[in-house]
Amino acid sequence: MTLVDWITVPFTFEFMQRALLVSVLAGTVCAVLSCWVTLIGWSLMGDAVSHAVLPGVVLSYLLGLPFAVGALVFGVGSVALIGAVNRTSRVKEDAAIGIVFTAMFALGVVVISRISSDTDLRHILFGDPLGVSDAEIVQIVALTAVALAVAALKHRDLTLYAFDPVHAHAIGLSPRRLETLLLGLLAVTVVVALQVLGIIMVVAMLIIPGATAYLLTDRFERMVLIAVAVSTAASVVGVYASFLLDVTPGGMIVLVQALAFAAAYLAAPRHGLLARRVLPRRAAARTTGDAR
Amino acid sequence: MTAPPALQVRGVTVRYGDVLALDDVSLDIGRGVVCGLLGANGSGKSTLFKTIAEIVTPQSGSVRIHGLPPARARRRGLLGYVPQSEQVDWAFPVRVVDVVMMGRYGHMGPTRRPRRADHEAVAEALERTGLTALAHRQIGELSGGQRKRVFVARGIAQGADVFLLDEPFAGVDKPSEHTIVRVLRDMRDAGATLLVSTHDLAGVAGLCDEAVLLHRRVVAHGSPEQVLAPETLLRAFGLQEETA
Repeated sequence: MTLVDWITVPFTFEFMQRALLVSVLAGTVCAVLSCWVTLIGWSLMGDAVSHAVLPGVVLSYLLGLPFAVGALVFGVGSVALIGAVNRTSRVKEDAAIGIVFTAMFALGVVVISRISSDTDLRHILFGDPLGVSDAEIVQIVALTAVALAVAALKHRDLTLYAFDPVHAHAIGLSPRRLETLLLGLLAVTVVVALQVLGIIMVVAMLIIPGATAYLLTDRFERMVLIAVAVSTAASVVGVYASFLLDVTPGGMIVLVQALAFAAAYLAAPRHGLLARRVLPRRAAARTTGDAR
Repeated sequence: MTAPPALQVRGVTVRYGDVLALDDVSLDIGRGVVCGLLGANGSGKSTLFKTIAEIVTPQSGSVRIHGLPPARARRRGLLGYVPQSEQVDWAFPVRVVDVVMMGRYGHMGPTRRPRRADHEAVAEALERTGLTALAHRQIGELSGGQRKRVFVARGIAQGADVFLLDEPFAGVDKPSEHTIVRVLRDMRDAGATLLVSTHDLAGVAGLCDEAVLLHRRVVAHGSPEQVLAPETLLRAFGLQEETA
């Protein structure tokens, strides 16, 4: 077997092609959203939305609806509930997030334990890109297209919201509406990525690509491109490695993303650890003639 | 019929829970005026700004900008806001030119794709604030004074008529301060109205046409010389302590 065969043969299997397709789509749309999520500081919110969709997925299954329907209802509903608890009580926002998402998640776990097998629960929690059905692929493609189109049309407003919501307000835009739009996109994105990574690890795709790209550039447009490149590359490498090593693809994708982040964290040209700590010291030592 | 003042505040009272932040504040500021807003920390300067921008809703009283309710004035792009440095994420991946372009968003279609007029307005605002050479720098790479000018330029590109400047001289060195003062005076001469909050009393006389001394209510409003006269300050704050 040649080297080329090593790389191409796994992807001649149909289940691998499907896994690759959904992983790359999820990686793309999550990477775009991750730029705003990391810049605003919404990592916990991303985690919350992803956990809170569980009862929605289970109810969709029970009612015979597309899983995206229930997931969206519960994703958006939880965000609204978090906002309501936060506004109408003295409980701080992170506590409101923690209460709502764990409660929703628990509701999902309890319902599953009554009606279904452990295998189903494991697939929902940890993802199952190799077992994705035709109907699910249709849902994933449609939601990805919608999310990317909205993000492309409104990216300047969303970046303004992330950077300076007060200015948005001062020029007559509604920061509240932009926040709602972004949270809606977040919910859609979580649903797309659910099949690939599962509820527990979805948040990785919503944070790591954006955080990695943030270390590599000072331009928002480039940040989006780098995030998408990192994320899709991690999807391809992760799915491929999962075949070779016979391990779960979702976990592999997240591990590859984490490695990419670690590389950027250490070696990014300007914002990496080496550039910030070691090199300036060496340069300083050289100019002062200090050999230490 | 005379044109309404640039900024009109009538009987504004704001409470945060049990804390009285503004107590029956009224003031008129005419067009083409630089007005210094003076007061100690906690005197209500920021709350007054937030009320004018309608970020905070007052328990009573009203605000008019060029005779319009604030929401309409904002939609017309009349209100420019220059934030305090601490409120800005200087590590955000935007360049000077990107921030200034955000001033144009109210003039654009729903996707905020800039047209030629927008690019021209941004170029002119950068020119007037002396930032043209720095247009493609990430905002965190600028000095304190340059950073302030970025947000002033954003307001100029927006075409705002009434500017709220929150502590524009905090963390700014003397040469930069002179540049900012020159830019603000130019804006005033072009017809803009500027409300400048500061606790730097010394800088007020050189920049401002008038001054307001705020201590939850308007303690004094007049020329900088009147407001900063030792007897006014003493009387004002002496009175304040007796009533408190």
